[in-house]
Amino acid sequence: MDYFLTEEQLMIRDLAAQIAREKVIPVRAELDEKEEFPSEIMKVLADSDMFGLYIPEEYGGMGGGILENCIAIEQLSRACIAVSVTFAASGLGCYPILLYGTEEQKKKYLPRIASGKSLAAFGLTEPNAGSDAGGIQTTAVKDGDSYILNGTKQWITNGGEADIYTVIAMTDRSRGARGASAFILEKGMEGFKFGKKEKKMGIRASATRELIFEDCRIPARNLLSREGMGFIVAMKTLDKSRPGIAAQGVGLAQGAIDEAAVYAKTRIQFGKPIAAQQAIQHMLADMTTQTEAARSLLYATCKFMDSNPKNFSKEAAMVKLFATDTAMKVTTDAVQVMGGYGYMREYPVEKMMRDAKILQIYEGTNQIQRNVIGLELVKEYTGKTEAVPVG
Amino acid sequence: MKIVVCIKQVPDVADVRIDPETNTLIREGVPSIVNPFDMYAVEEAIRLKERFGGEVKLLTMGPPQAEAALRELLSLGADDAVLVSDRTFAGSDTLATSYTLAMAIRKIGDVDLVLCGKQAIDGDTAQVGPGIAENLHWGFAAYVRKIEEIGDGVMRLERLMDDGYDLLRIPLPAVITVVKEINEPRLPSLKGKMKAKKLEIPVWNAEEIGADPERLGLSGSPTKVSKIFTPEFRRKGEILQGEAEAQVDRLVSEIERLNIV
Repeated sequence: MDYFLTEEQLMIRDLAAQIAREKVIPVRAELDEKEEFPSEIMKVLADSDMFGLYIPEEYGGMGGGILENCIAIEQLSRACIAVSVTFAASGLGCYPILLYGTEEQKKKYLPRIASGKSLAAFGLTEPNAGSDAGGIQTTAVKDGDSYILNGTKQWITNGGEADIYTVIAMTDRSRGARGASAFILEKGMEGFKFGKKEKKMGIRASATRELIFEDCRIPARNLLSREGMGFIVAMKTLDKSRPGIAAQGVGLAQGAIDEAAVYAKTRIQFGKPIAAQQAIQHMLADMTTQTEAARSLLYATCKFMDSNPKNFSKEAAMVKLFATDTAMKVTTDAVQVMGGYGYMREYPVEKMMRDAKILQIYEGTNQIQRNVIGLELVKEYTGKTEAVPVG
Repeated sequence: MKIVVCIKQVPDVADVRIDPETNTLIREGVPSIVNPFDMYAVEEAIRLKERFGGEVKLLTMGPPQAEAALRELLSLGADDAVLVSDRTFAGSDTLATSYTLAMAIRKIGDVDLVLCGKQAIDGDTAQVGPGIAENLHWGFAAYVRKIEEIGDGVMRLERLMDDGYDLLRIPLPAVITVVKEINEPRLPSLKGKMKAKKLEIPVWNAEEIGADPERLGLSGSPTKVSKIFTPEFRRKGEILQGEAEAQVDRLVSEIERLNIV
């Protein structure tokens, strides 16, 4: 479907698709097999100006918005979501600075992220604080003009590979979620270490590690916003980044459809291509319809969010939920269409189905997305006693 | 250093047909691409600019739509481009083409180095690069696989040969043609693409490059294509029959007769 993208957006789409085709597809199976970090591809993306799509021009970016970023993520995801998460996680790490950084912090860090010279990462999750981000145990204690951090972050995408980290830690545990604060850390700071690289079911080329803080002393000027704002920084960051995960879902689903459709046209059973069998056609029809619906919701949500509305938690949660559930279903069906071949590692849909699962889990499980949507919905209807259509 | 890269827009070889009447390529309806060997020439020029400073100018002779090829390559990091286009250029062979490009290079002025791909994938002649050098009376090297050093008006380079490579020193200004072993072409950047979209590309006609009309287009092209055909592939072989020993004797005597070992 034609979404009437601007000339610039089409340029981003075509270049991202070219990178996916020429630089990602030829190596994705090997990177997955070896669990190898896609450094070369990140360099290509950096040289192509992709890391700065959503960053204002005054900080070295391209001055686009969430839609521009999601267009690139979608195309990369058609080829490999381990690659696209590595790319997108830099944006996740960047948003706290972009949204809450002082001019000085922005000038210092954003150009490095926009140019792709430094990858960024976001550290929120802990062994005992996943969906319940209020349970964070990492502490940051003020000491003169420093903060001293202690604790462990878990499952951090780009952990160990990124140079710039935005991390949530408790400055006042007695205040619960309101006692959390956000900080900027750099790789190489004393007392800042990394745990082992995790072994995962999918997105195996991406790096997932623990961040370990042992009396890690950082300058007080690395505090983002004010003390106590950490939870809000985290929630607003996730609102901004959720469409990126949806874009991964849309791209991945499309990649799986591409594989399954080509296969169905060439696989002959009972004397004709299986694509001529209604059972297969109906599966492909559902896969395509669901993916197009997800894409439509994605682009509409991105455009809405780029118009700077006051609140978009519900919309961001809906698109993440819908597009990633779609990706799981579509990749599973792609394997089914391809039968035994689909289950084999020689064909890419096996990896696609393994990769898809994480989309329903990270950046808020899809159950948490439903919580967000439900809560917003209840708020919207508070005080309404009649179902009168307005606007 | 001022570098000019000569590039050519060619039909995508995946879908080429020949007009049986005129024996020329049918270009209508065939998608156009940048001659793949020229990508290496452009990449090398940009790398030379990164190493030694200077500017990279793209040059092509072709119909107005060849501008698309120039824009595609500008997005990789070339500074600007010139399209040399005139109806009188139609039907140019390699002699007329190299004369035309040489005249354009003269008009550009103060050029230190001209880079070309080793050949174009449509005609496969590999004659235009050396033809330009001949017209300009400049030094020339074909099949360059590495530029080692440039300094004091001299460049050191490696020329790929069937049995190894030659190490050459040639004075500047010079024309070289490059092989794909020389580098790995980069992908464009978004900033490059946006810049390329906006750049003005001047179009020079025959008069503006001060060319002699007699040496242009069909009148300047002595090449006559009498016939184009696909050579028939003939498989010649014989399967030996009989006792194994007799077969071996036959085989040995045939090998001796044909003098192939």
